[in-house]
Amino acid sequence: MDSANTRGGAPPVPVSITLTVNGREHRLDIDTRASLLDVLRERLGLTGAKKGCDHGQCGACTVLLDGRRANSCLALAVANDGAEVTTVEGLAEAAGAAGEGGLSPIQEAFVERDALQCGYCTPGQLCSATGMLAEAAEGWPSFVTEDLAAEPPALDDAEIRERMSGNLCRCGAYVNIVAAVREVGA
Amino acid sequence: MTSLERVEARDKVTGRARYAFEYPVEGAAYLMGVQAAVGRAEIASVDHEAALALPGVLAVLSCENAPEIAEVDDPELLVFQSRKVSYRGQFVAAVVAETWETAQEAARLVRITYADERRPDVRLSADHPGLYEPEEANGGFPAVSELGDPDAAFATAAVQIDATYTTPAQHNNPMEPHATVAAWEGDDLTVYDSNQGASTVQGTLAKIFKLEPAQVRVVSPHVGGGFGSKGTPRPNVVLAAMAARAAGRPVKLAVTRQQMFATTGYRTPTIQRVRLGADADGRLTAILHEVVSQSSTLREFAEQAAVPSRVMYRASNRRTAHRLTRLDVPTPSWMRAPGETPGMFALESAMDELAYTLGVDPVELRVRNEPERDPEQDIPFSSRNLVACLRKGAEHFGWADRDPTPAIRRRGRKLVGTGVAAATYPANRMPNKATARADADGTFTIRIAAADIGTGSRTALTLVAAETLKADPAQVTVELGDSALPRASLAGGSTGTASWSTAVVRACEALLDELDGEIPPEGVEATADTAEEIKSEPEYSRHAFGAHFAEAEVDIDTGEVRIPRMFGVFAAGRIISPTTAHSQFVGGMVMGIGMALMEQSVMDAEFGDYLTHDLAQYHVPACADVADVQATWIDEEDQHLNPMGVKGIGEIGIVGAAAAVANAVHHATGVRVRDLPITPAHLLPDF
Ligand code: FES
Ligand code: FES
Repeated sequence: MDSANTRGGAPPVPVSITLTVNGREHRLDIDTRASLLDVLRERLGLTGAKKGCDHGQCGACTVLLDGRRANSCLALAVANDGAEVTTVEGLAEAAGAAGEGGLSPIQEAFVERDALQCGYCTPGQLCSATGMLAEAAEGWPSFVTEDLAAEPPALDDAEIRERMSGNLCRCGAYVNIVAAVREVGA
Repeated sequence: MTSLERVEARDKVTGRARYAFEYPVEGAAYLMGVQAAVGRAEIASVDHEAALALPGVLAVLSCENAPEIAEVDDPELLVFQSRKVSYRGQFVAAVVAETWETAQEAARLVRITYADERRPDVRLSADHPGLYEPEEANGGFPAVSELGDPDAAFATAAVQIDATYTTPAQHNNPMEPHATVAAWEGDDLTVYDSNQGASTVQGTLAKIFKLEPAQVRVVSPHVGGGFGSKGTPRPNVVLAAMAARAAGRPVKLAVTRQQMFATTGYRTPTIQRVRLGADADGRLTAILHEVVSQSSTLREFAEQAAVPSRVMYRASNRRTAHRLTRLDVPTPSWMRAPGETPGMFALESAMDELAYTLGVDPVELRVRNEPERDPEQDIPFSSRNLVACLRKGAEHFGWADRDPTPAIRRRGRKLVGTGVAAATYPANRMPNKATARADADGTFTIRIAAADIGTGSRTALTLVAAETLKADPAQVTVELGDSALPRASLAGGSTGTASWSTAVVRACEALLDELDGEIPPEGVEATADTAEEIKSEPEYSRHAFGAHFAEAEVDIDTGEVRIPRMFGVFAAGRIISPTTAHSQFVGGMVMGIGMALMEQSVMDAEFGDYLTHDLAQYHVPACADVADVQATWIDEEDQHLNPMGVKGIGEIGIVGAAAAVANAVHHATGVRVRDLPITPAHLLPDF
């Protein structure tokens, strides 16, 4: 049996893009095959966003892309020319908690509630929670929202669990994650 | 003990904590593994040309050109040393390229021709012709134990339970995939690696590459989970070191999530027959627990699933036995509480069946069969508080009001039930070294090559050192996760805190002996080695115990099971760091919910390898699957353990959790599910 694909190898196609990451603009020549996640981690040294699956199945790579949470492993960098990206490294500053040791409210709540263990899912959880709280504040309903007319929907535990279910945590820190999000969302 | 915020929490919530793949190493290239596409064959040839022709490809490695490496105990590590394909998905080649994108593309172009291809034998069954009795089960336990005349006692017992339980293959799936960055400087090797024990990886690499241990440095301060899968070195660390040398460049290797299912270990499927014989009052007269599991053709790994039945309950007639067959599959290995996790699903389900048959409350049944001494070894327990855990949990959970009749409670369109199960895990210790240092500025530094894989060991050891030194934890820094530090044992078998804290306490005590008055500018340092202390342990049976209480809701239309609440009580010696310990217990219970309801690796019976090889197909609990899960503990003082009186807590949280869920599902529906995971397919036909 022959295991290899018979098609010939494709050499890289370089493209120039601009990304604004955590308020800083970067001009980059990138490989058109590169994901936004790999550009952040391998080119910009922003290793806060994690790679847990590279297939949009775990949420470890969640960043805020033009203000909305997104799996950066599923976003091709070339398709996001001109985008504004916030990673975990920029959460504190974006929340106006700049300075040494400053944390955004959700980061602070994660520390206080021990909403993490190994920490590998944590940056994704934090970006996801930040995006989710904004979505809820804007009145977006979720699959479990009972009263679609309520604005904004009440963020009870069932709502938080549903809305945070795109971010897997194998350490099983969910109970504390929900508590931290509840505290900040209240 | 005083609570302390997880020491590295702030580094983890800001993205500052660096994991293996994230170390910036000048000039690093990217390494991508290529897996065997067949389950059993010889490699006739590997054609590197097409891959090498791609611009940016630096090297291709396979059995055609791999340098020879030295033998070690685990043949999984002998990458590219043989032409034999032992299982589908085995690493058989690798490419090094300037970028990750090119490495992935080139990996597709490596052309492998197989010869003598045969249909792989990959199906475990209770009558597999290859079944044999190994000499030992994992952990060094004898494969078989027997007391009295179990067959006769069972045959004549007033009440008998005879049931077979199965658990599927399960994958650890830590969120951080296994990863290594390897760099050579002359004959000195540095790896930034994701593992559960830097000293162990150092020792293995030194052997494989014929180096002195001092020539190998393994750096692993933050590890994104392991759950046993990073306890033994995996092929990735060998491959990275080999490729870095071949390419003359540092290389970075991240095992992909898909590759992890074949190359980083898993829990074997098990088939377990449990027979319980009891008198009319529910006193056990016979316990028989017989286990069948699988290993690879490369190495024997016998999951010790019957071992917990050696300590749990009193009975004068008993047998536990393990049999094994060698299939064309990846080698199974440690996954959170190997042995206890699948074994206690079977035993604790059988106890529930016995309670139901007898009409005895399942908590009472366990209390009635509580042994005074270790029932097989006939030695005292160092401490045993199973009954206290059961009582405390029952009270908190409102167990007293429970009507034992199954399938009579409704909450809207849900059937509701509750279940209980016990937990146990051994408390062992390993030898370790540590240093403690005092500096003139009033700070202390503890050095030990321990691992913190999310377990909170950095935090626990900080508290241990502060208590011994009578210092404020803020004055103490613990350095760990680096093989350049004093040699330490693995984060595995729940031995970490017990083993490392012994060395830390002894080093701190030695430091206190040396300190008198002013600390000189160059500081004072003291060292400890616990090898002797651990050798001379008095004979006790040392185990942690616990009890899980679960409530299940089962949708009568869809058969979907939800767990609205779960409560665990543990007796695990002294709890050093309450904050991180609570997270550990709850995390284990959450993994237990996964085991009960969703986790299952499905083998491709035709071609080999696991079909469910990503997180869309191998389901782990998500946030919406976990509702009110709580854990607490009993203050347990045990003088026969170690200076801190700790038993270890990393694994017991998962042990018994799946049985508690299965027992709750039975109480809710009247359906006894003996084959995990519990899916609607089990429940709907019987409603
Ligand atoms: S790495 Fe992007 S979702 Fe898993
Ligand atoms: S903290 Fe380890 S995966 Fe979430």
